Amino acid sequence: MTFFQSFLAGIGRYVLTALAAVGRIALFASNTLSHLARPPFYTREFLQALIQIGWLSLPVVGMTALFTGGALALQIYAGGARFNAETVVPSIVAIGLTRELGPVLGGLMVAARVASSIAAEIGTMKVTEQIDALTTLSTDPMKYLTLPRVLAATLAVPLLVGVGDAIGIMGGFLVGVGRLDFGAATYLHNTIDFLETWDVVSGVIKGAVFGFIVALMGCYYGMESGRGAQGVGRATKSAVVAASVLILASNYILTELFFSA
Amino acid sequence: MIELTDVHKAFGPNRVLIGVNLTIASGRSMVIIGGSGTGKSVALKCILGLIRPDSGTITLDGQDVTKGDRDAFLARFGMLFQGGALFDSLPVWQNVAFRLLRGSRKRPLPEAREIAIEKLRRVGLKPDVADKFPAELSGGMQKRVGLARAIAAEPEIIFFDEPTTGLDPIMAGVINDLIREIVTEIGATAMTITHDMSSVRAIADNVAMLHDGVIKWTGPVAEMDHSGDPYLDQFIHGRATGPIEAVR
Repeated sequence: MTFFQSFLAGIGRYVLTALAAVGRIALFASNTLSHLARPPFYTREFLQALIQIGWLSLPVVGMTALFTGGALALQIYAGGARFNAETVVPSIVAIGLTRELGPVLGGLMVAARVASSIAAEIGTMKVTEQIDALTTLSTDPMKYLTLPRVLAATLAVPLLVGVGDAIGIMGGFLVGVGRLDFGAATYLHNTIDFLETWDVVSGVIKGAVFGFIVALMGCYYGMESGRGAQGVGRATKSAVVAASVLILASNYILTELFFSA
Repeated sequence: MIELTDVHKAFGPNRVLIGVNLTIASGRSMVIIGGSGTGKSVALKCILGLIRPDSGTITLDGQDVTKGDRDAFLARFGMLFQGGALFDSLPVWQNVAFRLLRGSRKRPLPEAREIAIEKLRRVGLKPDVADKFPAELSGGMQKRVGLARAIAAEPEIIFFDEPTTGLDPIMAGVINDLIREIVTEIGATAMTITHDMSSVRAIADNVAMLHDGVIKWTGPVAEMDHSGDPYLDQFIHGRATGPIEAVR
């Protein structure tokens, strides 16, 4: 085999492996969703996941949004000054946060915090035979572990995005009023006047998709975890990487769907 | 009665079970012995449906275990895992009463807790253990909690996977005695996998030796020492020389 043929064969193997992984994840997702229609539903596990994923992620998402809003106000002010458009700061901060930065940065922060923790938890459960134990106790691990987490993340992340949007706009407001000499009333007036409902709703829908992706990747790589500490470590890393890449890719697709002319 | 007929299982090129034939009579205690990596756990997990065999049949009371209502099938089993496999996020009593807190056997919370504490008492643990988390317990206590969980729903069949591995000889003796007592008391069919010969003598009615993917010998525990089988003799006396290669 020539070097060129070996090179092509390597690419082919890589593509086939990637396609097989996509297929496995799609089957995993459909299997997870199919449990929505099949009782029992573990409410307690769902509520616990809601607290873990939603409530306990609030500080990190809030801090991210606050500093991003502030930095965005400074950047837009500096950029806008080049063509005497400093007054657009409140509206661009609001639109940029609600449409893009709120959901994407929020999703990435939740991916770092939640996908890693889910993958590590389920991976450890797998290597210590707790998943097998669940099965022998007549409890479907998909129903008990995966569905509550995926559902909780799909519902919690949009809420986090909404709260993050508000905090991010407040960050922009604080910098705009405190550093850039905007009047408080003018800043708020400009924010509200230019912000449309769809700006917020599109970001919240993105949040739901990102939440689904984060929990699904955490659960999938946890369930697929190899043996020992190394296997769990690899599963955790893969979950965060896959969730982050899928968030960015799906963000582009959703933006095309929502805003392309 | 559990019956394995010509069961094969391979993981890639590694053929683990190569035609296992074994019968476990109802109400009897069968112990499967064999070296590490000979497929004992795989055989056990095949019966439970945790691993799907490549070929062969496994029946429980004449019914193929891969067919029929899976929940009803699993409800007949209890299992003690090698490492306990206790759920870290739940307190001890909820681990023990896990089956009684959800699903078809769901009981009211106070009743489930009462049953859990009674089962903990049965395995020699005090009620104050009930509210602790598994990580707060010693290895021996975790095994006992695992045993309490295995018997909590009073199953017809109990599997024990290496019940004494990692325990000191005294604690191993305590666990062996508990298993024997409980199996006799509730009249369950028991299947234990171990390479601890003191466990075999304490727990077994019948013994089967798994080696090279097949059952090399099976019979009553009383006949084990006079079997004349070179594989079994080497294993039970722990000799380095014989038909079983010491380095696998």
